Amino acid sequence: MGEFFTSAVLVSTVASGLRLSTSYLFAAVGETFGQRSGVLNLGVDGIMLLGAFGAYYTVLNGGGLWLGMVVAITVGLVMGLAMAFTSVTLQAEQGISGIGFYLFGLGLSDLLFQKLVGTPLPIRGFPELRIPFLADLPVVGEMLFSHSIVVYAAFLLVPVAAFVLNRTTLGLKIRSVGENPEAADTLGVSVAGVRYLTVMTGSALAGLGGAALATELGIFQQNLTAGQGFIAVALVYFGAWRPVGVMAGSLLYGLVASVVLQLKTLGIIPRSASELAAMLPAVLTILALVVAVQRERQPAALTKPYERGA
Amino acid sequence: MAETLPGTGGRGHGLDLAMRGIVKRFPGVLANDHVDFDVRRGEIHTLLGENGAGKSTLMKILYGLYRPDAGEIRIDGEPVQIDSPRRAIELGIGMIHQHFMLVPTLTVAENVALGLASPKGPLLDLAPVARRIEELSEAYGLRVDPGAMVWQLSVGEQQRVEIIKALYRDAELLALDEPTAVLTPQEVEDLFVTLRAMAAEGHSLIFISHKLHEVLDISDRITVLRNGRLVGTVSSADATKAGLARMMVGREVVLEQVRAPVEVGPPRLEIFDVRARGDRGTEAVRGVSLQVRAGEILAIAGVSGNGQRELAEVVAGLREATGGRVLIDGSDVTGADPGQRRALGLAYIPEERMRDGAIGQFTVAENLMLHDFDRPPFARHGFLDFAEIERHCRRLVADFDVKTPSLDTTMKSLSGGNIQKAILARELSANPKVLVASQPTRGVDIGATEYIHRRLLDQRARGTATLLISEDLDEILALADRIAVMYEGEVMDVVDRADADVGRLGLLMAGVRDSGT
Ligand SMILES: Nc1ncnc2c1ncn2[C@@H]1O[C@H](COP(=O)(O)OP(=O)(O)O)[C@@H](O)[C@H]1O
Ligand SMILES: [Mg+2]
Repeated sequence: MGEFFTSAVLVSTVASGLRLSTSYLFAAVGETFGQRSGVLNLGVDGIMLLGAFGAYYTVLNGGGLWLGMVVAITVGLVMGLAMAFTSVTLQAEQGISGIGFYLFGLGLSDLLFQKLVGTPLPIRGFPELRIPFLADLPVVGEMLFSHSIVVYAAFLLVPVAAFVLNRTTLGLKIRSVGENPEAADTLGVSVAGVRYLTVMTGSALAGLGGAALATELGIFQQNLTAGQGFIAVALVYFGAWRPVGVMAGSLLYGLVASVVLQLKTLGIIPRSASELAAMLPAVLTILALVVAVQRERQPAALTKPYERGA
Repeated sequence: MAETLPGTGGRGHGLDLAMRGIVKRFPGVLANDHVDFDVRRGEIHTLLGENGAGKSTLMKILYGLYRPDAGEIRIDGEPVQIDSPRRAIELGIGMIHQHFMLVPTLTVAENVALGLASPKGPLLDLAPVARRIEELSEAYGLRVDPGAMVWQLSVGEQQRVEIIKALYRDAELLALDEPTAVLTPQEVEDLFVTLRAMAAEGHSLIFISHKLHEVLDISDRITVLRNGRLVGTVSSADATKAGLARMMVGREVVLEQVRAPVEVGPPRLEIFDVRARGDRGTEAVRGVSLQVRAGEILAIAGVSGNGQRELAEVVAGLREATGGRVLIDGSDVTGADPGQRRALGLAYIPEERMRDGAIGQFTVAENLMLHDFDRPPFARHGFLDFAEIERHCRRLVADFDVKTPSLDTTMKSLSGGNIQKAILARELSANPKVLVASQPTRGVDIGATEYIHRRLLDQRARGTATLLISEDLDEILALADRIAVMYEGEVMDVVDRADADVGRLGLLMAGVRDSGT
């Protein structure tokens, strides 16, 4: 057990925790936008898978990492458009249609993978970007400032999202539409327009989250995300619909996952118990949710389609 | 064009509105049937009509929330198409909706700024908004704190925010859909001061209400709608309460019921030094003692929030008394649950009729049977006797004049007046010994109000002891034998109807005792 607490192990555990949080963070911050405007997108995981495949396939075929990211975002936008059309225009039951989108993404990403790739070949992700000076600091340098650009981007997204939601006229519209769409409508705010925008933004970020996962792991396979998108949805509740809260949740999740991984590698957790240990992050999330959800009120119009005069 | 920067002045006040031949159909209802309506600059024009007459529909058409099936709208003589609220705002139309359109989790300033461009482009800038709100507050007597969260505001304050929202957008015509339904008499006075100031500046105002004295008080002209059709437009100077009531209801209406003398019997409801806490945990009822005798109506007057609701709930068994005793027909029921109190002869008409009085998703029949469904003759050995239930419900619906398409209609699709009549039918069907009626006619139209008042007086003649809680002094003076005024959880005084006048009651409601006591 003492082995675990050597500083080298600790540093690498925290560093890998940050890396593991990245994909959750993209997806959950994206989902925050949608939920704040009143739309629950349960299809996040499917969109992540399609984004992951899009990026992986692009890189595999020599398109380069940046083009891979653009492809993932585009895939996300297209899926977001379809999702918004279903939930906002057709006013489908969001809990159900989201599951449909998930299954679609799960199936399609696997189908494309089997048809177009077949054997999983590794790709190279973004190189480690050591932040000058900061990366040389003892301990924290290695922990926080020696990551790929995707990791930094995910964490930078948090203050940006908080700023947009709280300090801009668009953010005010988003918050109003999620609380009382009728009030927003009577002031000439386009409820549908705002919701299309947030759902598409959220889906683009989900696509990016998938791409981050695929490029960091350097691989794609069937069901690569293994439910990360659903966890992301739960993290939005955990974070009480605030980007900073969502980040706290993602970090907790990533760190616990990383600790479990490290303990397994070091043989501290016996092989026989490793499946159980893998459940730990999920159990933690559920517990945290129980506490968080009692404390916070969700956006009043969440999952409720809006129709003028109805 | 659609967006107005804070601080920009108006574009000259007032506009002339003409709505011609407006038709609006909903499935199965002709909500507006060729309605003509116009408003002039500087005029307060009331739209009067029973619930369901089509007033809100006409206003939603004006505000671009509904498209009319036929008809024309002209502003200052020019025909206009109003296809969205945004267009209505552009044209200088503001609306205070019957249900407030506020976002409770935002501040006052945020609610006002919503949808407007900011001087800082995409960035919110609430400081100038707050300043302009303060200017408008000052100019129109609309006290409100721009930084307060809307959910913390009283209903009256929320209404002021709504008016400021419209003024901020330079509304030249302001339509207020039943703005007084939720206000105390004092708040109504304040609102009227604001409305008169706006009209004096040239604003055009549409006022909707079905309280006749208010309408006569505030209007220049009055247009009456009935069942979606225009009955007529009269000048307020030529109108009388009785005449307006006749136009609204389509028949003679008895506005003041005859209160025949009734022999009072023994005390049926006795309250001794009762104390109770309010929803926020502070003491709301502070040692109230009252007695109501058989054949007597004791009314509790007071500005809402002075402990009346809590007292009614203590009597009904829905709120725990922290001190004192409650007796129904001589039995101590202080610790008894609502069912036990009912068994002793208590009936209760709650203030929040859709929350505490009825189940909206249930049918009319199910709501009528809520208390009695598990007792003979309606149920035997755990099985419901549907034939008996239907017979009973048909009789109640007919006796109490509940206008419903069928017994299987869901309760929530009835109008407020009919929901209240259905609750009354259920509560009075057992001929209760004690009746607690909280705001029995709030939000209810004249026809139903007349009917409910008559029923309460009938019940009095049959020996029921009634505790009536009302904020409507007209109602209290029409029905009560004695009047207790509550202020800050205490009874200020109990006066006989014969000695009561509005001035004295008003002083007591404000917490001022007669000199010498
Ligand atoms: N959105 C709607 N759908 C269907 N029927 C409606 C709708 N709005 C109003 N109605 C019906 O139109 C009639 C007029 O309603 P309304 O304009 O709200 O009356 P008022 O405001 O005078 O009480 C009523 O019968 C009401 O049930
Ligand atoms: Mg109405």
